[in-house]
Amino acid sequence: MTATTAEPAIPADWTHRHLLGLEDLTASQITSILDLADEFNQRTEQGRRKLDLLSGTVVANLFFENSTRTKTSFNIAARRLGADTVDFSASGSSLSKGETFVDTALTIEAMGVDLVVCRHRTPGAPHLLARHLAAGVLNAGDGTHEHPTQALLDILTIRQRLGRIEGLTVALVGDIRHSRVARSNIHGLLKLGAKVIVCGPATLVPKTIRQMGVDIAYDLDEVLPQVDCVNLLRVQFERQRGAFFPSIAEYAHLFGMNKQRIARAKGDLLVLAPGPINRGVELTPDVADGPNSAILTQVSNGLLIRMACLYLLARKADN
Amino acid sequence: MRTLIRNGTVLDPANNVDRPADLLIEDGRIAALLSSGESVDDAATIDATGLFVCPGFVDPHVCVGEPGFEEDETIETATAAALAGGFTSIAAMPTTNPVVDNRGSAEFVNRQGEKAGNSRVFPLGAVTKGGAGEELSEIGQLVEAAAVGFTDGKSPIANAEVMRRALEYTGMFGKPILHHSIVPELSETGVMHEGFESTRLGLRGIPAAANDIMTGRDIALAELTDGRIHLMSISTEDTVQRLRIAHQRNINVTADVTPHHLLLTDEVMGSFDTLYKCNPPLRSDEHRQALIAGLQDGTITCISADHQPLAIEKKAVELDVAPFGLCGLETALPLCVEALIQPGHLTWSQLIRCLTVGPAALLGIPHGTLSVGAKADVTLVDPNAVWTIDPAHFRSLSRNTPFAKRQVTGKVVSTLISGEVTGTTDARGAV
Repeated sequence: MTATTAEPAIPADWTHRHLLGLEDLTASQITSILDLADEFNQRTEQGRRKLDLLSGTVVANLFFENSTRTKTSFNIAARRLGADTVDFSASGSSLSKGETFVDTALTIEAMGVDLVVCRHRTPGAPHLLARHLAAGVLNAGDGTHEHPTQALLDILTIRQRLGRIEGLTVALVGDIRHSRVARSNIHGLLKLGAKVIVCGPATLVPKTIRQMGVDIAYDLDEVLPQVDCVNLLRVQFERQRGAFFPSIAEYAHLFGMNKQRIARAKGDLLVLAPGPINRGVELTPDVADGPNSAILTQVSNGLLIRMACLYLLARKADN
Repeated sequence: MRTLIRNGTVLDPANNVDRPADLLIEDGRIAALLSSGESVDDAATIDATGLFVCPGFVDPHVCVGEPGFEEDETIETATAAALAGGFTSIAAMPTTNPVVDNRGSAEFVNRQGEKAGNSRVFPLGAVTKGGAGEELSEIGQLVEAAAVGFTDGKSPIANAEVMRRALEYTGMFGKPILHHSIVPELSETGVMHEGFESTRLGLRGIPAAANDIMTGRDIALAELTDGRIHLMSISTEDTVQRLRIAHQRNINVTADVTPHHLLLTDEVMGSFDTLYKCNPPLRSDEHRQALIAGLQDGTITCISADHQPLAIEKKAVELDVAPFGLCGLETALPLCVEALIQPGHLTWSQLIRCLTVGPAALLGIPHGTLSVGAKADVTLVDPNAVWTIDPAHFRSLSRNTPFAKRQVTGKVVSTLISGEVTGTTDARGAV
């Protein structure tokens, strides 16, 4: 790249003021985000250098659910683009605070915020904000619904490592029922032409998910030889009501990724995990740190994807 | 004092009347059904040209807010809303604060209803003390205070033994139990119908089986006890099928359905709009169609608005913490027209039957009919009026409807209670 100071162009088909989910995006819009992330990768030397594309823009991180990783990633991404950031954290529902969630967001917006990054435990919470706020809204995870930037960084990692998305077979393994990462990955991967298999204990794989266009499997060992990538979803202990499987040991036995399972898979199997990982549950340490794993690449790609999304939304908000 | 309602089409399903006729009212009661144009001396006239002359509608379970939830509704505003929707009689849910589980509370409802002077109000008593589902309330004394039926509202009576005793005990007074038949363990944290849409949206589902299982239990207990059970706001295909079989076996079980369950499906939840959140949830289209079929063959005999007024700030929160329910009395008729009449599923006569004969029979009240000698509670309906729902004009204190700005057909023009025009004619509509 020579023209490092020029502004990246906004794709002609980018129409969104908000990024609420990958279900709302077209294949070409998803590809535009991935391309822009690649461009930022080159311009910032893997995210290490700062660009001043969004100076004067204020990004508010409204996290109504605990998160260190995602919030930090959004913060660094915004600052790499020269934006100012403010953090607002609150736990629990709005009712317990006596102020409604929308009022809280309106209050923050009134302080002069251009973009709101929202994480909330309730599906649809960012959609509610999008209806009430003038600022652009970026969904950083709404309950068990969508987590678009996580899926985009997963897909970017696959594209970097395997060169393409179309024609690949990707298995999403684990707690599908409670996973926003699974839902966003399904929308994104299917739109880009991949085949998706969801695999996990039957209590955590709703049968109706087949209607989204995926295959369901319960036997990981049967699935492994067919797939190019496994994405090992975190067991969401905090979202489960009651026991969905008998024990962690049994879960790890049936669905944990270990050396023996790697041996049964294609040699270049790509192993992803959105993290934070439970070592010894979703995957063993040797797999997590082994050559098939791209877990740390995912983290750096998260920064690039979030820069791309913030940039696109900020430019749209300017217009 | 004589009043003649002229030139309308009289729809009186209780007497299988559906023809142009004039209705004569004398001293507050129906005096005669006359051929159109027949001359009557000394009678005030109401011109009903182009209108249906129906018995006043009856809603078997209305949340009236009072006492305890006056920010949502009062008996005065609920009964005004009832009249605006064509309902001249409503039964008031006992799940207030305090709960209507004793004679004094029921008498309070009667008194507030009389004071308001709008629609008639009949108290429903709580089945159990405090609506807690454990000990029977003083049902006999509630009956003496004019309770027409018993219900714990939206709290299912989960304990089968308690329900058995309640059916036996209320049966002694010939009163029905109105039950929200749902298994709590399968529904508790749910937000919407469990199916593809809930999976797609990541929202916790309430499976149809949660209703089906409890319906099966309730029917079995009705058979065991010879009690009378009424299933409120049914929502599933299997419930309709179980009712059909129960009726073949002469088990005393009835059911009602809401206009919104007849009109909408779970797909609307994609908006994440809390105004659509109701209990039981809006289900998928095969369930919706089964409910319509249940009305067509008479398996379901009542339509209820399932009026649940909620101050709007209670709905302006996240979907999982928002309360269930929508404000329904003033929109029930046009929504039924859209769901049932316009697609040709029911005739007007069948629809009016579900709004009058069915609920009046359930509650055992002498209304919902234009029989000679009956109190002249009359609702005049313009079947062709096209208008736009505007919650700002609701008589209800609450505005929690997802139907704002919807253009609808069919409008209540006027209501009479004991022959007196009591409901206000809406001058803003296209009547």
